[in-house]
Amino acid sequence: MMNSEHPHDHDHDQTNPPSDLALRVKSLESLLVEKGLVDPAAIDALIDTYETRIGPRNGARVVARAWSDPAFKQWLLEDATAAIASMDYSGRQGEYMKAVENTPKVHNLAVCTLCSCYPWPVLGLPPVWYKSAPYRARAVADPRAVLKEFGTELDEHIEIRVWDSTSEVRYLILPERPEGTEGWSEDELAALVTRNAMIGVEKARSPRYIGRN
Amino acid sequence: MNGAHDLGGMHGFGAIHPEPEGEEPVFHNAWEKRVFGLQLAAGALGKWNIDISRHARERQHPVNYLRQTYYENWLVGLEKLLVERGLVTAEELAAGKATGPADEATRERVLKAGQVPEVLATSGPVTIAIDTAPRFQPGDRVRAINRHPSGHTREPRYVRGRTGVIHEYHGAHVFPDRSAEGSKEGEHLYSVRFEASALWGENATEGSAVYVDLWEGYLEPAP
Repeated sequence: MMNSEHPHDHDHDQTNPPSDLALRVKSLESLLVEKGLVDPAAIDALIDTYETRIGPRNGARVVARAWSDPAFKQWLLEDATAAIASMDYSGRQGEYMKAVENTPKVHNLAVCTLCSCYPWPVLGLPPVWYKSAPYRARAVADPRAVLKEFGTELDEHIEIRVWDSTSEVRYLILPERPEGTEGWSEDELAALVTRNAMIGVEKARSPRYIGRN
Repeated sequence: MNGAHDLGGMHGFGAIHPEPEGEEPVFHNAWEKRVFGLQLAAGALGKWNIDISRHARERQHPVNYLRQTYYENWLVGLEKLLVERGLVTAEELAAGKATGPADEATRERVLKAGQVPEVLATSGPVTIAIDTAPRFQPGDRVRAINRHPSGHTREPRYVRGRTGVIHEYHGAHVFPDRSAEGSKEGEHLYSVRFEASALWGENATEGSAVYVDLWEGYLEPAP
């Protein structure tokens, strides 16, 4: 991936917080528990859900099915909420889904300039960079340069469409199916679908990338 | 409000520096996990909605909003709402010690671990039926109204006064400006396509467009 010279160089707004912040959170939680307003076991369950169960492998399966099944793809593009719910991915932050398709002429990219809106049921919680000020500021104004920072260079004739998630509509980018994947199973195809490709900052991986062909 | 959260088009933040996808943890610090869980668990008490939560994070000095980490902004918003909605007092928050339990009706709503899957799966509909017909149709030219409300809005600054074309009608959705004031009202929602040149003038990226979801109250017909 890109930025090899800064693999863990968080921006100033992502620096590790002082320990007094950790103490402040601990103090707040103990206060709320003492008042009977939260149950720590429920907090554990919420964390576990998004650390281990709901993440971008869900979306990858949706994309792989759309690549394999033309009827499902059509359904996904016409009524993404229902098509995705048919695979049991629904609920919080995915109440109204839209899928937009990349083609040889159009490349799509999702952002939330106002906060951090993101389709949780299919992608899980957003990465730090998606929530960061530079991405939110620049994706709408300078998308070609933003894509380059992710190593994605598009021909000049390809139109870039940026989808700013200003409402409760949540966007899933349907990447182009890589060449050389004829006859692959849905599981095999899903291995090519990265989270970043479903946000639109990258293309899906080529078979070569995962050591095939 | 014209706050620091409304970032589209701002300069000066530098490069994005994404962490490699396979190496990035869901949370980077233990305290972030607790803030995430606390926010969702406290939200389940029913004292506020998502627009009120967003607005609570926005209502900060712009310098603080930009300096703080993402989950620190969540923490600030949560603490603010807990006090404003009377769930804790400012004194309790400062001391980290309760002067008494919450009222029984509120405690009865406390989210239990066993309810988590159901609560996450059955979050409320974002659409809401209304009687009026949509004013605009796909293909109509519209202008995003130049308005600067001091309260919550989801009309970003970079589209205000700009002209675009209705791409798609999404149905009537909860109107965030009023929802942030606690009133659940439906209003027609559209996807509007803005050519990059209409937004950024001579500095536009050639061959690009931005699609923004905008409610009918943010729009007026354009010639």
